[in-house]
Amino acid sequence: MINQLFALLKVFAYLSLLTVGGGMAAFPELKTLTVDVHHWLTSTQLIHLYSVGQMAPGPNMMMVVSIGERVAGSLGALVVFMAFFLPTAVLTFAVGRLWNRLEGWPWRNAIQRGLAPVAIGLFMAGSITMGKGVITDILALGSVAVCTAVAIAVSVFATLIVTHRINPAFLILGGALIGLFAFRSG
Amino acid sequence: MNDTLKISRDIKLSQIFSAFLLIGATSFGGGVAAYLRASLVARHRWLTDAAFVNFLAISQTLPGLNATNMAVLVGDHLRGAPGAVAAMAGICLPGALLMFAVGMIYGHHGDQPAVTAMLHGASAAAVGLIFATGVQLGQKTLERLGDLVFVALAIIGINVFHLSVLYVLFGVGALAIWWYRPKTGRKGSSQ
Repeated sequence: MINQLFALLKVFAYLSLLTVGGGMAAFPELKTLTVDVHHWLTSTQLIHLYSVGQMAPGPNMMMVVSIGERVAGSLGALVVFMAFFLPTAVLTFAVGRLWNRLEGWPWRNAIQRGLAPVAIGLFMAGSITMGKGVITDILALGSVAVCTAVAIAVSVFATLIVTHRINPAFLILGGALIGLFAFRSG
Repeated sequence: MNDTLKISRDIKLSQIFSAFLLIGATSFGGGVAAYLRASLVARHRWLTDAAFVNFLAISQTLPGLNATNMAVLVGDHLRGAPGAVAAMAGICLPGALLMFAVGMIYGHHGDQPAVTAMLHGASAAAVGLIFATGVQLGQKTLERLGDLVFVALAIIGINVFHLSVLYVLFGVGALAIWWYRPKTGRKGSSQ
């Protein structure tokens, strides 16, 4: 138990420092460490929890708490929460106070400017990792299921690109309802 | 603009906590930045728009989620370290409790066929959502065509060569920062 808690602490503290430009950047490493290295959950379970997490309010990587709960109950959830959110909070607190004093430092702008496209790249890489995982899961259900899944993903994508007025949480809920009928038999 | 702002010593820690708690409980579907702006700038008048944008830029550059980084920066700005703790606790609490409950329920019922089917559907929709978010972030952030090189390098490093995110972050990050390095040779000026 203590070993598991320590492993959770190590993994999620490390992951927290990779979340440049958002939680998605850490997704490929999250999958490697929790699924392939520690076997805390399967790839499918990770994707499912991540997807439910997209509907939850607040910081969008709060799904890590549910991994902690799976591995080591309430204590596991607490350890993961602290490990994942505390290091970056302390770092942000420190850098935030320094930031304005760095106003005239020429590299400040270079760092900000340079990391922006890298953050987008990491976000897209995380999205691709997640997309591949979903395709793998649904391939097992047959080709009709794959077509349905692609149709769901493309409709959500197109809807969100076209309009900002719809809350994405409803679209994910809609996907779940379609899934209830389309993916049941598998 | 500044004179319409609240003086920060008049803002109670409990007010900071409850404002962020409300954001943490209602910001469904991501895009927390919009909820933060509506609360902090428009409703409470604790920040100017310019200060908000500045904090958001710092949040996006540093590791950590935008939502929690914003909570720490704004909380500290309003009431120092205790303010940062109050804001952070508020924005995290609702989602954390919810996902804790989801973890428990998923452990008990996650393998039921109906639940699995719904989650497959939700995950297909989530893929559409994250790609849309990626495209929107890119449209907002990428200023030059050359930026796409760094985007591509990160994707290739992770998805083709399966490199660790850490190496890609440091490798491509260093390259990109060097690419945008300060132009002139004014070394050591105004540290």
